This record gives sequence, C-alpha cells and structure tokens, in this order.
Amino acid sequence: MEIPFTIAPRSDTGLFNAKLGIWLFLASEVMLFGALFSSYVLLRVGAEHWPHGWEELNIPLATLNTVVLISSSVTMVMSWAALKMNDFKKYRMYMGLTILCAFIFLVVKAFEYGHKFEIGHLPSFSTFFAIYFTLTGLHGLHVIGGIVVNSYLWGPGSKMWTSQPERFTNRVEIAGLYWHFVDLVWIFLFPVLYLL
Amino acid sequence: MTEHAEDIKKHVRTYIMVFVALLALTIITVAVSTLHLSTPAAVTVALIIATIKGSLVASYFMHLISEKKLIYAVLLLTIVFFIGLMLLPLSSFSDKIVIQ
Repeated sequence: MEIPFTIAPRSDTGLFNAKLGIWLFLASEVMLFGALFSSYVLLRVGAEHWPHGWEELNIPLATLNTVVLISSSVTMVMSWAALKMNDFKKYRMYMGLTILCAFIFLVVKAFEYGHKFEIGHLPSFSTFFAIYFTLTGLHGLHVIGGIVVNSYLWGPGSKMWTSQPERFTNRVEIAGLYWHFVDLVWIFLFPVLYLL
Repeated sequence: MTEHAEDIKKHVRTYIMVFVALLALTIITVAVSTLHLSTPAAVTVALIIATIKGSLVASYFMHLISEKKLIYAVLLLTIVFFIGLMLLPLSSFSDKIVIQ
C-alpha cells in the first residue's frame, strides 16, 4: 500500500503530511527546551551567586561553534534548493558540508567538555554547570540525531532521488526544518549560557 | 512542486543575505558582551539580538514567511504555551516559604 500525501497536499490541511508532522514534533521540542530554559531562569533568579558565562566558559570556541552551526543551516537549505533545481551533485556537496559542520560542532564541544572535566567542573560542581551540561548535552544529542538523519539522506536514502524525486526533496525539506530548529536552539543557548 | 527554478535562485540570494546578517548579529552580540553591561541591560540586548536571529532562521530557512495557515495555528498555540512556561518562574515570588 502506498503512503498517502507524501507529495500531494491534503485538501483539508493544504500540506503534505510530513510537513504537518514535523511542525507538531517541533512544537513538542519547543516545550522540551522551553521547560529547561524556564528552569534555568528559576535557578538563576533563586541563586545567591550566579557566575557570568564569560567567567566560566570559553567564548571564542562557542562563537566559532555558533558560526559553524549557522553555516550548516545555510548549507542545509542550499542542499534542498539544489534538489529543487534538479542538481543532485550539488545536493550531495551541500548535504556533505552540513554533516561536516555538525561534526566540527561536536568536536569543538568535546574539547570544551574535556577541559571542564579536567579542571573538575562537572555537573555536580555548581548549579550553573548542572544546567549548562543539561542544556548543551540535550542540544548535543539533537545534533547527533541530525547527523544520523542527514547521513542517511546523503548516503543510502538518496537512492530515492532516482525513483521518487519529489518525495525525496520533501524528505530533505523536513530534515532541514529539524536541523534549522537545532540551530535556532543554539542561537538562544549561546547568549544565555555564555554571554550573560 | 509549485516553485520554478527561477524562484529558487531568488531564494538562494535571500539565504546568503540572511547568512551574512546572522554572522553580523553574532559578532555584535559577542562584542556587546565584552562591554560587561549591568545584568538587566545585558539580558535585554542579548535576548533582542537572539530573537532577531531566531526570527531570521525561522522566517527564511524554515520558510515561515510563506506557510500554510494550519502551521501558523500550530505555532500560535505553541507560543501561548511557551509564554506560559516562561512565566512559571514568576510564581516563585508568591511563594513565601523561607529556606533556612
């Protein structure tokens, strides 16, 4: 049986099903991260002493990571645009760059974590580090999830381009919406944890 | 697929402009943080810049600038609940329990 509305929009929603699906999922993700941001506010307001992010964390590395993640968002949307223009080779290149950026982000993050562990700044060190590791850790897991999906769409999953190009393009768009959301979360995490 | 290759090319130019804007805003927010403003001022500036950056990503990369009504409805509901979540810490002020 064929799955309905993978390409054609449903008449009642005006969308192909996966588009509505990913937005509902992202809505739940907003609540997940929102709950943790809200906890951050409560912890910070309630704390007697709260360190400035720039006293405890590495701003240059985090700025680099911000640029890396923004770049990966651009290459992601470019990979989708390449498919729309029927250029599979370009899609492969841009998607490859997106995955590469995601790996660079994780490697930089690993260096940051490693340094914190070395000097004994574990989650148990202070409330600041507890929420720092919770927020960045959950975000890091989302980056890993994005790498898995994007790698599938770069590699074995891209076979669909020859059989069902429109459906494949939609898949890339949906993966892109998720990936931009991960970028969006970092755009807020970066100032909140590092710059304030 | 309703969009034509020409439209997509226009989109691509927009994406690059948004990319440049995002980089510029990143530099600005880091530069402002080195001024070490008072906490309320620093929080205000940082959140305004982050919101602009976030809106750019959502509007252009996630195509929210031209989406279907149902998506806007879902997001409106999400925003309402999100604001609720952000206001929750306020309730701690009405809590008179004193921790010894």
